[in-house]
Amino acid sequence: MSSTTNDVRVTDPIAQPPVLAPGHTPGSVTERISEMVHTKLTKTPKWWLLGLAVGFGLLNLFLLAVTNLFMTGIGIWGNNVPVGWGWDIVCFVWWIGIGHAGTLISAILLLLRQSWRNSINRFAEAMTVFAVACAGMYPILHLGRPWLPYWLLPLPGTLNMWPNFRSPLIWDVFAVSTYATISIVFWFVGMLPDLATLRDHAKSKVARFAYGMAALGWRNSARHWANYEVASLLLAGLSTPLVLSVHSIVSFDFSVGIVPGWHTTVFPPYFVAGAVFAGFAMVLTLVLPLRPLFKLHDFITERHLQNMAKVMLTTGLIVAYGYVLEIWAAFYSGNEFEIFMVLNRFTGPYAVQYWLLILCNILVPQLLWFRQVRSNVWALWVIAMFINVGMWLERFVIIVVSLSRDYIPSNWAMYHGTKWDMAVFAGTIGLFLTLLLLFIRFLPALNMFEMRVLTPEATKAHGEEK
Amino acid sequence: MHGPQTEPLLHGVMAEFRTPEELLEAIGAAKAAGFTKLDAYTPYPIEKVLDALDLHHSKLPLLVLGASIVGAVGVFGFAYWASAIDYPLNIGGRPLNSWPAFIPATFEGAIFHGGLAAALGMLLLNGLPRPHHPVFNVPRFVDHASKDGYFLVVESDDPRFDAPSVKRFLESLAPVEVNEVEN
Repeated sequence: MSSTTNDVRVTDPIAQPPVLAPGHTPGSVTERISEMVHTKLTKTPKWWLLGLAVGFGLLNLFLLAVTNLFMTGIGIWGNNVPVGWGWDIVCFVWWIGIGHAGTLISAILLLLRQSWRNSINRFAEAMTVFAVACAGMYPILHLGRPWLPYWLLPLPGTLNMWPNFRSPLIWDVFAVSTYATISIVFWFVGMLPDLATLRDHAKSKVARFAYGMAALGWRNSARHWANYEVASLLLAGLSTPLVLSVHSIVSFDFSVGIVPGWHTTVFPPYFVAGAVFAGFAMVLTLVLPLRPLFKLHDFITERHLQNMAKVMLTTGLIVAYGYVLEIWAAFYSGNEFEIFMVLNRFTGPYAVQYWLLILCNILVPQLLWFRQVRSNVWALWVIAMFINVGMWLERFVIIVVSLSRDYIPSNWAMYHGTKWDMAVFAGTIGLFLTLLLLFIRFLPALNMFEMRVLTPEATKAHGEEK
Repeated sequence: MHGPQTEPLLHGVMAEFRTPEELLEAIGAAKAAGFTKLDAYTPYPIEKVLDALDLHHSKLPLLVLGASIVGAVGVFGFAYWASAIDYPLNIGGRPLNSWPAFIPATFEGAIFHGGLAAALGMLLLNGLPRPHHPVFNVPRFVDHASKDGYFLVVESDDPRFDAPSVKRFLESLAPVEVNEVEN
C-alpha cells in the first residue's frame, strides 16, 4: 500500500493527496459520519465528557463573571480613561475574526468549486456561528447598562429618537446582526439534507422525532435539490461580500476615529486578511485533535491540512504587509503623532506585546513554507496556536497601545486587564467549547451529502463535468 | 387531466436503482414512454438528473433579487427618513442626508433580506416544512434514499398513469425493487 503511494510521489512530485481516501461509497460515508451522532448516550466517548466538563466549567465561570459585572458595573474591568476599550473589544474583534474562516470555507470556496472544502465546511460554519455568539456577548456586556441593548436598534419607542446612522457603531450593529443571522441560516440550510439522513437512520423514537422536526420533511427529491442548489449558490454569493463587509465595518469602528494608529485606509483589507488568518488557525486548532479522536483520517486528509496551511501562509503574508504598511504610512505622513505611535509600539511600555505579535504572526508562520512542516500535524497545531495568540495580541496592540498614549501626555494612562477581564474571556472560550462539543455529538459535524458527491460512484455520474 | 373526485389511492409507483447511471437510463426510458409527471430521489444532487427532469427553472433568484432590493431601499429610506426628516441631528455640520454614511447599513439590509429570502424561498418552493409524505410509506425508501439508493417515481397525476402498466414498465428497467406508493 505505502509503496504505491510513494511511487506516485516519485513519478509526480506535485501530486497531491486525495480529498477522500479511496474505497468509499455513498453508503459507507453516510454510515461512518452518522455513527458519530447515533452512538448511544451511554457510550459517549470519555474525551467528549471530559471536554464538556472543561467547557461547561468555564461557562459557569462566565456566569459568575457576568453576574459580578452586572451587579458592580464595568469598573471591575481594567477599562479606564483614556483606554475605554480594553479586553472586551480586543476579544470581540478576535472572536468575530475567527468566525470569518467558516464563511470563507463555506461560501468563497464553494463559489470557487474547491471540493476539498466539503469535509470541513460544516464544522467551520458551526465554528462561525459559535464564535459570533461569543463575540456578540462583548458589546452588550460593555454597554454598562446591559439591559438596554435595544437602544442600538431602530425601534420605535417612547424615547422618540433614532440611532445615528452616521456612526460606525450602528453600522457594526447592522453588520454583526446580519452576519449572525445569515451564518445561522446558511448553516441550517446546509444541514437540512443531513438532518433528514439522521432522521431516516435514527435508532430511537426520540431521535427520529427530533431530527424529523429539524429536517422539515426533506426527502431528497430532485425537485428539492434543484431549488436547494440554487439556494446554496445564492447564499454563498451573498455571504461572500457579507464576510468582507463585516470585518471592514469592524475596522471602521477604529479607522473612522482620529486616534493615531487607527485612522488609516489600510484597515479594512488588513482586518479581513487577519480574520481569515485567525480563522484558519482556529479551524486547524480544532480539527487536528478531532481527526484522531473520531478517526476521520479518510475524510480530513493530508490534502486538507496542506491547503489550510497554505491559506494561513498567504493571509499571514498579507497581514505582515499590513504591519509594514502601517509603519511606512506613519513616517510618510510626516505626522508627529503617527510617528510617535509607531515608535511607542516598538519601544514603549507595551513593546513586549508588539514584538510577541511580530513573532507569532510573522516569524513563526514562515515555517509553513516547508512541506515537512505542513504535513506534520504537531507542528501545524503549534503554529496555529501561535497565530491564535498573535491575532489576539494584534488587536491588543491596535486598541490599547493607541488609546493609552494618544495626543496630550497629561491624558495618558496605562491599561491592564483585571482578573475579571480574564474570567469573561475564559468564559467565552467555555461557551464556545460547550456549543462545539454539543454540536459534534448531536448534529452532523461533517457534511454527508457533499461527501457522497466525492465518492467515485458520484464523480462518475457527474461525467464529463469533472 | 384531473383524476377522480376523491384523492387517488396511490401517490405513484416507485422503482429503486443501484447507480446514478441506471437511474438516468430509467428517466430517459420513462420520458420516451411518454410519462411527464416524474420525480427522482437521490442521496446527493446530481446535475444530470436535474437536466433530465428539466428542473432548471427555479424562481428563487428572482425572489432573492426582489428581497435584496426591498431590503436595500427599505434600510436606506429609513435611514434617510430618520436622519433627515423625523429626527434631524446636526453632527459636525454634515448634511442631514449624509448618504455615504448610510451605505453600510443599506448594504447589510440587502444581504439580510436576500439571505433570508434564499432560505425561506427554498423551503417555500419545495413545499417544506411538510412532516409526512407518501414516499416515506416505502420501507426501502426510508432506509436508502438518504444513503445510497436512487429512486424514480411515476406520479399518479400523470395523464398516462395506470398502476399495473406503470409497474410492468418499471420492472422492465431492471430495478432493485418496484413499489406502489400509497397515499
